[in-house]
Amino acid sequence: MYRNKYRLIIPFLFPSVLLYVVFVMYPYLRAMYISFTRWRGLTPNPEFVGLENFARMLQDELFWNALQHNVIYLLTLPIVTISLGLFLAFLLTQGVRFAKFYRVTFFFPQVMSVVAIGVLWSFVYHPTMGILNSLLMLVGVQEPPVWLGNPDTALGAVGAVVVWQSVGFYMVLFIAGMESIPNTFYEAAVIDGATRWHLFWHITLPLLWDTVRTALVFLAIGAVDMFAIVQTMTEGGPSRATDVLATYLYETAFLGSKFGYATAIAVSMFLMVLTLSVVLMRVTARESLEY
Amino acid sequence: MTTETLPQPAPAAAPRHQASTSLGGWLTRALINLFLGLWALVVIFPMVWLVYTSFKTDQEIFFNPWSLPTSLQWDNFVRAWVSAHIGDYFLNSLIVVLPSLVLILLLGSMAAYVLARFPFPGNRVIFYLFLSGMLFPVFLALVPLFFLVKNLGMLNSYVGLILVYVAYSLPFSVFFLTGFFKTLPSELHEAGIIDGANQYQVFFLIMLPLAQPGLVSIGIFNFLGMWNQYILPLVLMSDPARYLLTQGLAYMLHQQYYMNDWSGLFAAVTMVMVPTLITYVIFQGQIQKGITVGALKG
Repeated sequence: MYRNKYRLIIPFLFPSVLLYVVFVMYPYLRAMYISFTRWRGLTPNPEFVGLENFARMLQDELFWNALQHNVIYLLTLPIVTISLGLFLAFLLTQGVRFAKFYRVTFFFPQVMSVVAIGVLWSFVYHPTMGILNSLLMLVGVQEPPVWLGNPDTALGAVGAVVVWQSVGFYMVLFIAGMESIPNTFYEAAVIDGATRWHLFWHITLPLLWDTVRTALVFLAIGAVDMFAIVQTMTEGGPSRATDVLATYLYETAFLGSKFGYATAIAVSMFLMVLTLSVVLMRVTARESLEY
Repeated sequence: MTTETLPQPAPAAAPRHQASTSLGGWLTRALINLFLGLWALVVIFPMVWLVYTSFKTDQEIFFNPWSLPTSLQWDNFVRAWVSAHIGDYFLNSLIVVLPSLVLILLLGSMAAYVLARFPFPGNRVIFYLFLSGMLFPVFLALVPLFFLVKNLGMLNSYVGLILVYVAYSLPFSVFFLTGFFKTLPSELHEAGIIDGANQYQVFFLIMLPLAQPGLVSIGIFNFLGMWNQYILPLVLMSDPARYLLTQGLAYMLHQQYYMNDWSGLFAAVTMVMVPTLITYVIFQGQIQKGITVGALKG
C-alpha cells in the first residue's frame, strides 16, 4: 500500500510548501532582519543599525500617539463587544419569537467587507447628510458633534462601528456554547428556585468561560490591528486623533519610504499581540469545567 | 475530529423554564423583545437607508437625509458602475479571488491529505511550519512582501496577488483540512487500492468527495477573507486600473472631496452590499458555521 508513496507525497506537498516558504516564511523572517536596519528601499541591501529603530520608537511622539489609541481600543472594545454579545446570546436562548431572524440579521455585518462598512458609516456620521445627526437634532440636540471630524469624538465613533460589526459574530459563538450546556443543569437549578440571572451567572457564564477567553484573544488581536476600518473612515485623522499603529506603520513604510523603521513598528506590534495572547490566556485560566 | 468537536445543539436548547403568564414574566418578555428589536433596527436600518438613498439626487441627500426618493435615479448606478469603475473593480476582484479559491482548495487539500495520512520523515516539521503561519499577523510581512513581489516583477499583477492570497490562506486551510482528513476511515483507502485504484485515484475519487463538508467550510471562510481583503491589494496593487473592489470603494470615498458625487457613491456601496446580502441570506446557515468553526479552530 505504501510502495512508492513519495511519488504522491512530493508532488502533493511541493507546490504548497514552495508558495508558503517563499511568500510567507521568508517575508516574516526577513522582517526580523529589516527591523534592525535603516532602509529607504533604494539600495538592495539595507544598512544594519542594530537597535536604533527601537530606540527611536521610544522617542517618537507619533508612535506613542498611535499606540495610545490601540490601548484605548484594547481596553474598551473587547469588554463592550463581549458583554453585548453575551447579552444578546442570552436573550436569544430564552425561547423568544423570531430568534432565527435575529440571529441571521445580527450576524450579517460580519460578512460585509470592513471597507464597505466604513464607507456606510461615514455616511451615517456625516454632519449634513448623515441620519445620526438629523436624528439627534430631531430629538432636540442643538449642535450635534461632527463625529469623524472632531478629534474628541472620532476615536469613539470608529470604535462603535467595530462593535456594531463584530457583536453578531460573538453572539453566534456564545449561542453555540450555550446550546451545548445540558438542559438538566438548568432544570435542577430552577427546581431549587434560581432566577434567570442566577442561571446566567452561576451556570451559563462559568460553563461558557472557555469560549469567552477565546473571544477575548480574538478581540485583543483585532484591537491591535484596526487598519482597514481606520484607513477607510478617517485615514488616522483628524489631526491623528484616530491614528493606530497599523495606519502609522503603513504611512511610514509606503508613503514615507522608511522601511526599516516601519518594520520595527511591525515587530513591536507582533510582540504586543504575542504577549497579550499569552497573558490573557494565563490570567483568565481557570480549572476547566467538565460536563 | 473537526465535526465531532462542534457543539451539538441540545434537543431542547432554550431553557424555557419560567412561567411567562405572570405580570413579571410578561414584562421581562416585553423588555427582551424590545431590546432585540432595537438592536435589529440598529443593524438593519443603516443598510436600508443606504439602499433607498442611492436612488436619490444629491440635492435630496443633503437636504432631506431621511426622506424617500421622489423619483428613482437609476442614473446613479450607471455612473457608479461605468464612470466610477465599480464594474471594473468587481471584475478585478473576481479575476483574483476565483482562481485563488480554486487553488487554495486544491493545493490545501493535497498538502493536508498527505500530512494527515502518510507518515514520513519531516511530516511533523512541515505541519508545524504551516501551523506557525497562524501566529504571525500579516502586517509584520508587509514590507518584505512588497519588495519580494516587486523583485519577482509581480507588483500590479493578478498572478502575483493570487499567489500571495493562496500562500496566506495555506496555514489555516492546511491545519483545518488535516484535521478533517484524519477522520476519514483508512479502510476506504485500502479498499480502493485493492480494487486497483492508484494513489491519485484514491485521493481524487474517494477522499476528496468525502472531504466535501470540510472543503465547503474552508471555501466559505477563504472566499469571504479574500473578497474582503484590503491590506494586501492596497500594498501590492497600486495601479488604479487593477484595483480590487475594496480598494476601489475606499478610493472613491477618499476622492469625494474633489468629486462630489455622493449619490454615485451611495449607489456604489449599494451595489457592493446587495449581492453580499443576497448570498448571505441564501447560504446563511453554512456561512455562519463556516466562519465560526473557522475562527474557533484558528
